[in-house]
Amino acid sequence: MNPELQGRTFPPTEPYLVGREKVREFARAVFATNPINLDPEAARAAGYADVVAPPTFAVVVQEQTLAQLLADPESGIDFSRVVHGDQRFTSTRPIVAGDLLTATLTVASVKSLGGHSMVTAESAITDADGAHVVTAVSTLVVRGDE
Amino acid sequence: MMPAPDFASLTVGDVVAERSFPLTRDSLVRYAGASGDFNPIHYRDDIAAEVGLPGVLAHGMLTMGLAVQPVVDWAGDPGRVADYQVRFTRPVIVDPKTGALVTVTAKVGQLDESATVARIDLTVKVGDDTVLGKAQVRVVLG
Repeated sequence: MNPELQGRTFPPTEPYLVGREKVREFARAVFATNPINLDPEAARAAGYADVVAPPTFAVVVQEQTLAQLLADPESGIDFSRVVHGDQRFTSTRPIVAGDLLTATLTVASVKSLGGHSMVTAESAITDADGAHVVTAVSTLVVRGDE
Repeated sequence: MMPAPDFASLTVGDVVAERSFPLTRDSLVRYAGASGDFNPIHYRDDIAAEVGLPGVLAHGMLTMGLAVQPVVDWAGDPGRVADYQVRFTRPVIVDPKTGALVTVTAKVGQLDESATVARIDLTVKVGDDTVLGKAQVRVVLG
């Protein structure tokens, strides 16, 4: 893959509107049982405008930025050789149904390690006011030719 | 807000939550739809075999997503999770008939008293095999 990708920032993604039923569907899929994830009344009682997304929901928005990276002919990444190494979410606040989110990808690092490449992709997710919500960081391992 | 666990009563090494998650192929299809990750290695045996996998695998992000749930319930509010990271160390193979059982143990790893933040360390296993490494959740209890 292309080492000159390091430091590159991609254009922001199209805004993603977080729907209540999408949050509930995702919450059920990850076996969430907390009523704040599932029940708008419980979420309001806890001080939120609507149901709160589980901690890993940001992956749905981050996914659009990883698609940008993999689709870029300059990245030289062969999707069939990509393995997900690490994942991290660092939040300023939780995602709540009704949020309009935009993600901006920066390639934080590109490293070579024994024939494999490792790319660390940081996607900063902001709300409609431009305030930071969560940063999703993925390390992707691209296996070399064997 | 639901009451948070009492920070002052926590000690490093305390087990704060434990839960096991029986995964089936249905769980994988449900997660594929919910997340939009339709990579066929998560539901088609023929494609998993073609790319040299020992079987259909759970999405790493499904394992990550469920492993934090016992901590969310302990914390009382998903909004208290400020940071969550994992390393994907070993794939979870989901048998078409018997599925896979993922077990999660959540322990206090570190306490930051000035910020009232607890670092909760997760042990996530299938049988004797650890499937997530360096799985750490920072929970704000202030």
